[in-house]
Amino acid sequence: MTQHQQDKSIRFPFTGLWKGMWFTFKYLFKPVPTVMYPQVQEIPVPRARGVIALDPEACTVCMLCARECPDWCIYIEGHKEEQPPSKPGGRARKRNELDLFEIDYSLCMYCGICVEVCPFDALFWSPDYEYSSYDVADLIHGKTRLKDWLKTVPEPPALEPQE
Amino acid sequence: MISGYFWIDVILKVVFVLVAMILMALVAIYAELKVMAHMQNRIGPYYAGGRWGWAQPLADAVKFIQKEDLVPAGADAVIFKSAPYIVVAATVATYVVIPFSPNLIARDLDLGVFYLLAISSLTTLGVLMAGWASANKYSLMGGLRAGAQLIAYELPLVLTVVAVVVQAGTMSLVGIVEAQAAPIEIGGLSISLPFLLKGQIVGFIIFLVASIAELSRIPFDMPIAESELTMGYLTEYSSLRFTMFFLGEYAAMISMSAVAATLFLGGYWFPFVPESALIYIGPLILIAKIAGLVFLMLWLRSTWPRLREDQLQDMAWRWLIPVSLANILVVAFFKVVVF
Repeated sequence: MTQHQQDKSIRFPFTGLWKGMWFTFKYLFKPVPTVMYPQVQEIPVPRARGVIALDPEACTVCMLCARECPDWCIYIEGHKEEQPPSKPGGRARKRNELDLFEIDYSLCMYCGICVEVCPFDALFWSPDYEYSSYDVADLIHGKTRLKDWLKTVPEPPALEPQE
Repeated sequence: MISGYFWIDVILKVVFVLVAMILMALVAIYAELKVMAHMQNRIGPYYAGGRWGWAQPLADAVKFIQKEDLVPAGADAVIFKSAPYIVVAATVATYVVIPFSPNLIARDLDLGVFYLLAISSLTTLGVLMAGWASANKYSLMGGLRAGAQLIAYELPLVLTVVAVVVQAGTMSLVGIVEAQAAPIEIGGLSISLPFLLKGQIVGFIIFLVASIAELSRIPFDMPIAESELTMGYLTEYSSLRFTMFFLGEYAAMISMSAVAATLFLGGYWFPFVPESALIYIGPLILIAKIAGLVFLMLWLRSTWPRLREDQLQDMAWRWLIPVSLANILVVAFFKVVVF
């Protein structure tokens, strides 16, 4: 006899209904886990996906994050700048300078693909979440604001010990 | 015969019933918000009114009323506008015969039960009018579903009430309560029991199921199934008319509970309460019984899923009606042979 058939043989009519009734009745007297947010603030877990921070110095304007973003909520502009040669007699190099980096949090769905895809570790998750606003335009965070979030980024977890 | 006092009497009674009905409906709405919230592990209304969100139903009512009162261009305006009044009027009219104490009753009709069933079926008419006049496919489907459902469940409802009438030997609601208060001899002990404990358990369960279906509440809310029919026959309603339907639904819930309490749970009567005290605390006893039944309805609503339309019809025609017919037979047999 299979498990499924055994379950069927011991079923009493309407047991599911009474089980459900008992379940909701128990919950009527259980304390509610709701946190009354503005008065009480919940401390998020360290790796919570609250907001994305940007390290502008590390960004090379490679546009990978903007391209991979499913919502197209990252806007990047940059320009090339001539770098003096590092050694005398060397060739002058060109370097990408970041002009504008904006994340529109009214579109962002917090998938974290940009953080994953960034090859230069310029984007980080921060657990901070208090940036709601009365104006949709205020949800577009520019370069400086995204850099400010860097302070709230927790330390990366320790590397696993090598055996 | 008709003096000035008659009209004052009538107006006072109507105003009292209207105010009581609206108050009780608001309390029922608040109870639903809170009870359902806690059963779903939420807090529910919290800020309105300063404490526990007690003013939430009032705020909702004010919000509904200040909306624009729209009538669709293709709608049959007169019928569309009059439908909510019929629903509310039918609900209010049921309070006429419900006894709140031996004295506190608008009219103790000899055919009280008959009147009650006839008048509560009027809501079906209002719902059908609303559905048909809205010129909206969802409203029409909702109205037709409501019609089919109310016809299907009116039968078991009436049949279980017939069993109660057979046992009580009267159709007056006061008479039915007194029949439950009358002591019976069991093994030398003289005790009085409500009909629920005098072999009407099956009837009570069928009555409850049928009345929840009549009220088209979850798990029988196919007429206004949001996921399928937007809001059924209420789709095109807004503002005061929607509020009337909304309050009417909760008032009907209370009046149905009052009927169930009167027919099966002894109404304003309670064991060991002396006859003289019933006049004063009878209303409280009845309201407590109503509150219990309303809580049961809220509990069912927050627990059980909605039935499918064919399952609903199946249950009424194949199970509830035969069982309630058998119930009448058994009750009549005991009435004739045993008592």
